[in-house]
Order: sequence, then structure tokens, then C-alpha cells
Amino acid sequence: MGEVIVITSGKGGVGKTTTSANLGAGLASLGNRVCLIDADIGLRNLDVVMGLENRIVYDLVDVTGGNCSFRKALIKDKRFENLFLLPAAQTKDKTAVNPDQMRALTEEIKGDFDYVIVDCPAGIEQGFRNAIAGANQAIVVTTPEVSAVRDADRIIGLLEKEDLREPKLVVNRMRYQMVKHGDMMSIDDIIEILAVDLIGVVPEDEQVVVSTNRGEMVVMNDSSRSGQAYRNIVRRIRGEEVPMMNLDDESGFFSKLRRMIGLK
Amino acid sequence: MLEFINRIFGRENHSSRNVAKERLRLVLVHDRAGVSPELLQTLRIELIQVISNYMEIDENALEVSLDSNESQVALVANIPVKKMKRTMQTETA
Repeated sequence: MGEVIVITSGKGGVGKTTTSANLGAGLASLGNRVCLIDADIGLRNLDVVMGLENRIVYDLVDVTGGNCSFRKALIKDKRFENLFLLPAAQTKDKTAVNPDQMRALTEEIKGDFDYVIVDCPAGIEQGFRNAIAGANQAIVVTTPEVSAVRDADRIIGLLEKEDLREPKLVVNRMRYQMVKHGDMMSIDDIIEILAVDLIGVVPEDEQVVVSTNRGEMVVMNDSSRSGQAYRNIVRRIRGEEVPMMNLDDESGFFSKLRRMIGLK
Repeated sequence: MLEFINRIFGRENHSSRNVAKERLRLVLVHDRAGVSPELLQTLRIELIQVISNYMEIDENALEVSLDSNESQVALVANIPVKKMKRTMQTETA
């Protein structure tokens, strides 16, 4: 019986879909059977991020509406044979599915998989309630900005009300150079305020854009720092103890200068 | 440039990181307490009415907010006084 993990954030644009795709691919690359569900009905995107947009025949609403079985609607990933996507409907709206249907669906799917990852839409309305309905774990994604952390706090409160206790936090798009210069909140600042467990920090990385442009996941890129960060989160989800990455990058002007004049 | 000078002289507290942290902290105090801006605005107006019976205050500079430490939430009102009144004058009197 698999785990159902919802990836949520409250605020849009912080990287829920990218995180869902990368954690799904990362878990699949380690041999787990993974099903990703795009719960963002009306604004489907997980298919595009994963490069599977041309292969959609059936969607989530077809399954919950009883038009086809979930197995028939699943799209098999090109790269990992044990990674599947259940895409969202694009032409319906979020009221086309209700939380009871989602609970029943995830209950059925998790029998076939080790991990079911639900990509939640932004907001706190029905789309959010649908996405969390069948979940037994939650990962909250935020970025080091006042607005995103505020929404994360709201979401954590709502998750706890729905009995999804102890959600885990991913801080995305971290820029250590800015923290060092006093221009961005640090991980400690955010954790202190939210009082929640950290499961990973993903540095700001142009490689994420490059990968997404190609419909690939950065977690597959061995040389990228964000890929490494996602691989670490994957291992933590699997229950391994992985120390937090030292992301204090040495690309600043003074460290370059120090290297140049041979001080280090 | 000013920012740079501030950094050199170690005025860490004014860094945008600390500004962000402090603003976030205050926003969350309000969010978590479930206090609406309307409620605080009403409270502010009524505070002005009551206190104006006793002293002349600077209404524009008056600040009412919630603050918190680890265990409790406090209502903090910063009310600059312009002049004390010698006798109580109620508007109804």
C-alpha cells in the first residue's frame, strides 16, 4: 500500500509542479513505482513540465466521472518505466471533482504504487480540498519571500485542521549569496517563524529552466545543484537520513578573487 | 550606495532580510489570531474617541497592532500625546 503525498503551497508560482515532477522522477529512478496526479483541473501543467503533453487521451475527470478506469488514463513516462501520470482535465473546472471522489481515487491507485504524488493547485478552495482529500502526508513548498511564507503558514494551519499533521517544508529558489548580503531571509529565519520540519532546500538554478524547456526533470541532471537537492529530498522521503547540502556557493566576487590570488 | 555604506557600518538590522523577517512575523501574528483589518480599524477609531476625552492625541501617528512573543499575543498601541486636558470633557456632556 503506497503513500499518498500532496505537494501544496497556497501561493502560485513557487514551484509545486516542478517539485512534484522532480520528486516523482527521483523516486522512480530509485526503483519505486510512482503515480503523479495533476489535481489542477482547468490549468493542467504537470504534463508539460514532464514532456508528456502529446500523449494525453483520458484525464482525471474521465476517471472520477466513471468514463474510464484509472489504469487506462495513466500515461507511462518515456524515461522511467515505473513512473506514471494521471493528467488533469483542461476544459473542465475545479468543481468537476469533489473530495470524496478524490479520496476514493487515491485509495484505489495507492494499491498499485509505492508513492502517489498529488500536485495541488494554488489557492485554498475546492481544488486544494480535492488535492489533500486522500493524502496521508503533505509537503509544503515555499520561496524565501514574505508573501510565499505567509501563504505557507496559512496552508500549514489548514492541513493540520484536516488532520494532515507534521507537513514537511521545501524551500525553493534559495539564493545564498543574497542571504549572505542580508538581502534574503535565511532557512533558519523561515523555519523559526513557521515552526515546521524542513525536508529540503532547492537553490535557485538556471538548469531548472533549461530542463523544463525541454520537458525534462532537473533531478536527472547529475551535475546540477538543484538536481542534487531534489535527489536528497527523494532519499529523505524514502526514510534515509541525508545531511542538508552546503549551498554556500563560492561563486561570489571575493571568493573568485581569493582563488585567483591563491589564498585558497 | 546608501545601502552599501549601511552594510559597511554593520547596520544589519536595516537589511532587507531583517525587514522581511519582521514584516512576516507581524503579518503572521494577525493571520494566526484571525483578526481582520476592519476589526483593528474599528478598535482604532473607538480608542481615539475614548482617549480624546482625556488628552489631545496625534491621530495620524497613532499605531495599533498585535505583537507576540513565544507564549502570548499583545495588543500594542502607540499613541503620541500632544497635550493633556486638565478636566474631563465628554462629548455628550
